[in-house]
Amino acid sequence: MMNHIDVSSVLRQTVACDLYSNLVTRSTGAAVRGQIERLLGDFGDAGGRALTVIDFSHVSMIDFSCADEVVAKLLMRYTDDEAPGDAYFLFRGVNDDHWDAISAVLDRHGLALALEADDGVRVVGVLSDDERRAWRAAYDLGRVGAADVASELGADPADAERALDSLCRRRLVMRVDGDYVAVGGGFIGRQ
Amino acid sequence: MTTVIAVPPSLDDYSFEQVLEQLAPLPADAKILIDARHARWASPYGLTALLTLAQTRAERPALAVPELEETASYWARAAFFQHAEALYDLHGTYPKRRDAGESNVLLEITPIAKSDDIHTIVGQVQERLKRIIQGELKLETKAVLGFTMTLSEVCQNIIEHAGQGGWVAVQSYRWTKRLGRRVVVIAVCDAGLGFRRSLESAPGHLPSARWDDATALEEAVIRGVSRFRDRGRGQGLAGARNYVGRWQGKLSVRSGTARIAIVPPWDDDVPLAEGLPQFPGAQLQVIIPEHAPHAAAASQGSGR
Repeated sequence: MMNHIDVSSVLRQTVACDLYSNLVTRSTGAAVRGQIERLLGDFGDAGGRALTVIDFSHVSMIDFSCADEVVAKLLMRYTDDEAPGDAYFLFRGVNDDHWDAISAVLDRHGLALALEADDGVRVVGVLSDDERRAWRAAYDLGRVGAADVASELGADPADAERALDSLCRRRLVMRVDGDYVAVGGGFIGRQ
Repeated sequence: MTTVIAVPPSLDDYSFEQVLEQLAPLPADAKILIDARHARWASPYGLTALLTLAQTRAERPALAVPELEETASYWARAAFFQHAEALYDLHGTYPKRRDAGESNVLLEITPIAKSDDIHTIVGQVQERLKRIIQGELKLETKAVLGFTMTLSEVCQNIIEHAGQGGWVAVQSYRWTKRLGRRVVVIAVCDAGLGFRRSLESAPGHLPSARWDDATALEEAVIRGVSRFRDRGRGQGLAGARNYVGRWQGKLSVRSGTARIAIVPPWDDDVPLAEGLPQFPGAQLQVIIPEHAPHAAAASQGSGR
């Protein structure tokens, strides 16, 4: 199932003033992430895997501290072995005004995320070349097996499988009945 | 007996040291009069540092306001007297009401005590910053965003580390004396813990053989070390450092007896000054100059 969280709405629910549209300060970021996690918990009550769009479209700006709380800590929590749920994230509405802060925290923590743009979805952040190429192949091909990705890349199937499994751990690719589906791509993206 | 502390005619981050040198031999409960009668100009740093100074005194200090009407009027527009009334016994006449419409004061002196204050500050300055940074400093749109992020992060340092409130001011002016270009300046001052004591409060902190204010500033500003062990901490000052580097700006942070600076080509400041007069808390300044592609090279070698 696909869920949608408008970060700007969460921000307004979190801080005292309705007029704030800037994601600034660490305490605000922590409060926004807390609310996002509560919503994810509610989505998770439906059971199973959940893909959630984290929508920055109506956020004016985000500073480093807030990006660390809202983006980095959210990703770290759900890529952890003890993640509270089987959650995947597609980031939407991230523009140049957000990118400096978000890219800085991705670099600092060695994280990556799936980002929706006008021309499709791409993965950004810290990835190995093998991961980046495997993700791209899975995204382009739709629901695939490791052999399909290996064939597309002209790579060793074991290497392709290793990269895809790594992407699964990083919540950038889902396992669906033994196949791989890139976050934001394949049949999940069209649902 | 009251000791008179003379304020230099031009009060900025450099000349404020003259104030601190006069203050250094005096105990915190000594009666002092800050004599600003002959002040002609003050930077946002100078004004916020004067408010901070009052907060370091056990005995309520007095301040003689600038005699020049134009100067007193500017200090009023920057909201200096509004806050100084609570901290100083003010002597002399000064405008009781602030005139509206001061275009150079992007953010009048504003107290920072809680996270909500930063939301308000950022919201207040965004539109005016856009006009100044793009229109007058001729920098790209991206510079506006970076400035706002830097402002937010340096204000957060007070909330996260100072242990008490502080002051922020943002101003744009033509810096004829040193640079010959327009600049936009952030000053953030507090009389709180300071960098050394903040880092000492980190769990498991082990001071190195050489552990002092200068080392603490190097750790925090250059290496991004924070008192919190969370890996995500320490990005605020790192971001500010990157920002000033990108736009040929200057970042300087004073704490305790030391001051560290990221020095651009147009300035001849020292990267690290030690053995300064002790002053509590942290005092930070960010200067972003007007875009001038050839000015950096031309200004190298010219003295202040």
